[in-house]
Amino acid sequence: MQHVTITINGTKVSCDVPDETLLVTLLREHLNLTGTHVGCDTTQCGCCVVHLNGKSVKSCTVLAAQAQDGEVTTVEGLAQKDGTLHPMQEAFHQLHALQCGYCTPGMIMAAVNLVDTYPEPLTEEIVREQMEGNLCRCTGYHNIVKAILAVAAAKQGDADKRPALAGVE
Amino acid sequence: MVMYPTHYHRPKSLEEALKLHADNEEASYLSGGHTLIPALKQRLARPSDLIDLAVVPGLRGIKLEKNVLSIGATTTHAEVAASSVVRKAIPALAGMVGTIGDRHVRNRGTIGGSVANNDPAADYPAAVLGLGATVVTDRRRIAADDFFVALYETALEPGEIITCIEFPVPDQAGYAKFRSAASRYAVAAVFVAKFGGSARAAVTGAGSGGVFRLRDLEAALAKDFGPAAAAHCKVEPGNMLEDHVGSSEYRANLVVVMARRALEHLGEASSYK
Repeated sequence: MQHVTITINGTKVSCDVPDETLLVTLLREHLNLTGTHVGCDTTQCGCCVVHLNGKSVKSCTVLAAQAQDGEVTTVEGLAQKDGTLHPMQEAFHQLHALQCGYCTPGMIMAAVNLVDTYPEPLTEEIVREQMEGNLCRCTGYHNIVKAILAVAAAKQGDADKRPALAGVE
Repeated sequence: MVMYPTHYHRPKSLEEALKLHADNEEASYLSGGHTLIPALKQRLARPSDLIDLAVVPGLRGIKLEKNVLSIGATTTHAEVAASSVVRKAIPALAGMVGTIGDRHVRNRGTIGGSVANNDPAADYPAAVLGLGATVVTDRRRIAADDFFVALYETALEPGEIITCIEFPVPDQAGYAKFRSAASRYAVAAVFVAKFGGSARAAVTGAGSGGVFRLRDLEAALAKDFGPAAAAHCKVEPGNMLEDHVGSSEYRANLVVVMARRALEHLGEASSYK
């Protein structure tokens, strides 16, 4: 057994898990944080993306023990305490960037990290390339890309580039 | 997918890591884990122990000294791709690393892990062989030409740990990759580099024996380092991989096309799908 201590969504959590426990298994089955999904379980689909020490990672391919002493943020940790959604969650909602919703937690965690850390202004081409690690089988990606660009534009304070939130075809 | 039970260790020094391996014959070293953990989940491997090299000091970081770019084994792909030192010294290498996997994979995967694994479709082996790099381990220095032995097989001895890779800085270099749209691994990719009057060219993704050099192309490039040299590129289909992505004839032709494109876009990595 491994005694792992990880700060998850701002709260320090300690528990004993078998050595081969995956980070996603720790989150979902030991801590009941089921917002993080498992889609493919083969490091491809990105449904399980969380932030580990400020970087987006596929939590189905990280051992819980590898996250020892680290800081993890899951989709449950994005909204404010009063329920106010993170701007990326709000943009996904407003721009209808989801249909079945299965990929959405990973999409949102990947998108938040992309907007927060990409060193240059985001374009549609960059967003599509950088989001290649997240698969969606419903939307065709168009509104996901729009939502990410809307948040990026708002962050850059460029109101002109921001699509009207309510006026999506 | 459920892994076989194993024992996880997180040594704090190279000596401790080496001792753990010596004491546990069936142990595996773990770096980014983006090949090993999927293999464990599919029960393709059953190490008794996992020795995580993540916090071993001295294995991480990038430095440029006397025209040699040294990259520590546990440096992630994201760190190499974003490094201003790498981008300035060998832009084709930084660009190549930016085409590995996806953003999340690049945040975990490491150069040492990729080189030690020697996947026949991985990107790093092409750069290591194409630049004539030196693989530095806990006990010796291994020239790239002696390092890659066969598919998933290297010159590393049991328990030997890569500490860093030293790349000589070339005058010019380029990388072109035709990748699988699903896996983003190379179907065929070519790394070319010019060092004074000589040249090197290495292919990944295509060879049935793993990464290999294009000697005919290198000879032509030594006389004229440019896209026209690709016409001298001879690739035998019998030595190519054949799978659902493409036949050996297809790959043999693709190697020539990628060689030309690498030479048409020097100073960067170009990726096609």
